[in-house]
Amino acid sequence: MRIPYTKHVLDNGLQVLVHEDRNCPIAAVNLWYHVGSKNERPGHTGFAHLFEHLMFEGSQHYDRGYFQPLQEAGGTLNGSTNADRTNYWEVVPSNTLELALWMESDRMGYLLPALTEAKFATQRDVVLNERRQNYENRPYGMAAMAILAALYPPDHPYHWSTIGEVPDLHAATLAQAHEFFRAYYHPGNASLVIAGDVDTEATLALVRAYFGGIPPGPPVAAVGAAAPADREVRLVLEDRVELPRLYLNWHSPAMFSHGDAEMDLLSDLLANGKTSRLYRQLVYERQAATDVAAMQNSRELCGFFQVIATPVPGVGLGELEEAISGEIDRIIDSGPLESEIERSRAQVEANFVYRLQTVGGFGGKSDQLNAYNVFLGDPDYFDRDLAQYLRIGCADLQAAASRYLSRARRVTLSVVPAGRPDLAVADSLPVEVS
Amino acid sequence: MIADRSRLPAAGAAASVRLPAIHKTRLPNGLAVWTVEHRNVPVVCCLLVVPAGSAQDPPGLDGLASLAGDMLDEGTGDLSALGVSDRLARLGAQFETEIGVDATLVALTTLSHSLARGLALLADMTVRPRLAAEDFDRVRRLRLHRLTQLRDLPPFLAERAFARWIYGSHPYGHMPLGAEPTLQRMTVDDVRRYHRRVFVPDGSTLIVVGDGTHDALAAAVAEAFGGWQAAGDGHVPVDLPEPPDRLPSGRVALVNRPGAAQSELRIGQVAVARDTPDYHALLVLNTVLGGQFISRINMNLRQAKGFTYGARTVFDFRRHRGPFVFLTSVKSSVTGEALREAMAEIEAIRGGRPATPEEVRTAAAALTLGYGRNFETAPQVAQALSQLALYGLPDDYFEQFVPRVVAVTAPEVLRVAQQHLDPDRMALLVVGDRAVVEPALAALPYGAPTILPAD
Repeated sequence: MRIPYTKHVLDNGLQVLVHEDRNCPIAAVNLWYHVGSKNERPGHTGFAHLFEHLMFEGSQHYDRGYFQPLQEAGGTLNGSTNADRTNYWEVVPSNTLELALWMESDRMGYLLPALTEAKFATQRDVVLNERRQNYENRPYGMAAMAILAALYPPDHPYHWSTIGEVPDLHAATLAQAHEFFRAYYHPGNASLVIAGDVDTEATLALVRAYFGGIPPGPPVAAVGAAAPADREVRLVLEDRVELPRLYLNWHSPAMFSHGDAEMDLLSDLLANGKTSRLYRQLVYERQAATDVAAMQNSRELCGFFQVIATPVPGVGLGELEEAISGEIDRIIDSGPLESEIERSRAQVEANFVYRLQTVGGFGGKSDQLNAYNVFLGDPDYFDRDLAQYLRIGCADLQAAASRYLSRARRVTLSVVPAGRPDLAVADSLPVEVS
Repeated sequence: MIADRSRLPAAGAAASVRLPAIHKTRLPNGLAVWTVEHRNVPVVCCLLVVPAGSAQDPPGLDGLASLAGDMLDEGTGDLSALGVSDRLARLGAQFETEIGVDATLVALTTLSHSLARGLALLADMTVRPRLAAEDFDRVRRLRLHRLTQLRDLPPFLAERAFARWIYGSHPYGHMPLGAEPTLQRMTVDDVRRYHRRVFVPDGSTLIVVGDGTHDALAAAVAEAFGGWQAAGDGHVPVDLPEPPDRLPSGRVALVNRPGAAQSELRIGQVAVARDTPDYHALLVLNTVLGGQFISRINMNLRQAKGFTYGARTVFDFRRHRGPFVFLTSVKSSVTGEALREAMAEIEAIRGGRPATPEEVRTAAAALTLGYGRNFETAPQVAQALSQLALYGLPDDYFEQFVPRVVAVTAPEVLRVAQQHLDPDRMALLVVGDRAVVEPALAALPYGAPTILPAD
């Protein structure tokens, strides 16, 4: 299985990939800028995401908002920011591909002349509302911030969350937006994928016409970070929640690095589906938890692995902590059964096929090509990505669990209802997040 | 070529959209079988449409349809709940049950080489579920815990309170999830009775879309579902009463959430049913008013004022008259102003500032030019077909969609706005901090707010 493509690099450094899929008369445009919240500095957090909002506010040659012409053409569009990258996409009827390229290239080349103080102020308000809606006013919404801050030291680029801190958002200025754009939003720091009902040569001609004249920018230095120290941390966060919740967190391998697939498969074995070890024990048999989840959060510099569980009323977080630790110890001691691994592999293999169904949007083929291209420089990685999972055996999982999931290097967070810090696991220190 | 930035480029010649070609057959037991060949990826989506949802919950048993849906994958024949989960995983299949007000949709997506095994499992789960007492107890307990957790979620509190506020005791007035007292009252026998009554072949439709010929897909269905026989007299959906036309009392309601970081807002009314002849005009109206990013309400509340991360409106078309709703979440300090602005936009589109021909043209373009996108994947095609099955829409529905939307005129949009939106009858609901928002609500011209309980 692969996603066939052709790749070209324009003189200004823009990487261009085209993938033809004539199944449906649509064209997907997917543009990544290799900048995210990890490029921010303490005191200026949230800027990469705030900047993403500004990219939808119009550019020099079409200054009436970014959505208008594309929605009127029957397109859908969106963007997102995470720690490592910012992506933008349009899915348009294939006869409207040129419009999408016109719009994307105009904001890559000519954003700043149209960027006003008024737009900046309004989008800052919108982002503050987004923060209230999705973090402050959402149960357990602040847990991720407390976890990142505990996993990484203050100067580590993963110490803060992508949405940023409120005082930093208030302190952000239009002048900083100009600087940020010049530093990161240029062809040499971008990767453009066009997928769908398109002709490769004609598409490349359009891309050259619209993007070829945009001047290259300054080189972007790779963000480095010292490996965060391993230590045990136990914290309690009070929140407006009915039920407490336990978060166990460990440092884990970086995206696509050795051990990443193992940790991903471990998360599946532990908590995906009724037959997974933790669901079966805690939710199905003992009925001590209402839910349990596990995930390998793969990121460019380093990852973190999480197990999250919510006890039913009457069960303590300490009981869940013991049960989860015990199950992880059993994997370290004796490894998973071959039949468990087979089951997880079957799901992984099917999921790779399901990933081929759509050309555009978040997670579509265009987005996948960009992920492989930007993070690995190898858009052809689809097959090898899958192969990483299929080669995994019992000993690999045992070794990965043993190496990464020890108690001594774990950040344990109890989220408890306001006024009930006594519900946290033992020896937890209070933490505040705002 | 050289880029011309003096104007936006014109669209090229439109590519033809490939609409799904549906083959319809019927098994001797009455099950309608619809197949579509969709062959770009080796995947098949099987979607069983059972035309009964939470509106069929018997009085006092809110949540029964949904709990019965949750029980389908809790064991069948020799397979325990764990056995079902294990088999789904080893097939690499994706299984999902969705219980709406009018229907239960049971979807199984699988790799095409596993189709026969996938369909056999789907048949076992839907036709012959175990419905065992101990599984029922566990599933109900999980549901009760989930309801407890949902008390923390303002959008859920708003949705639940709003449905009850505008529909009262009508079957559309409760959430599919049910409520604590009704779930406590429920027994596994209720679930068994409901399953016997509702999960019958006659009246249900199995939609199969994917990598196979019509004949092969239909044959696989016949093999798996041919033995399905109704246990009782067959399905008799209970006829629903007409939804209420008037609000019980008052216009504004408040669910208090002390210290809330934002106010969750709803404005709306009981509106129209799916079979309205004004369906396409209402879609255009909604697109102008609040159906997409560039709609009036979002451009005003988000882009001009910065009150919110997003604001939108929706007509929820159902078998009987569904709601029209405006939804958003705003910073608490602008609660009153946001409600005022939203009401002003709704009122304006009924006459003061009706949709212009240009707005109507561009809304129709947004709805139609990208229509082909809705048929890209097998699950998307199956979802689209489920609407045809559920609401008895004609075979040429997809072919007619674009011309009918394009034919909508500005005067027609004005007419349907005046006919189906009635600001004088609309209810306004806030989930927010009473201490902060009550003075602002009292200042609105809709009378003193009624304080509603959170649950």
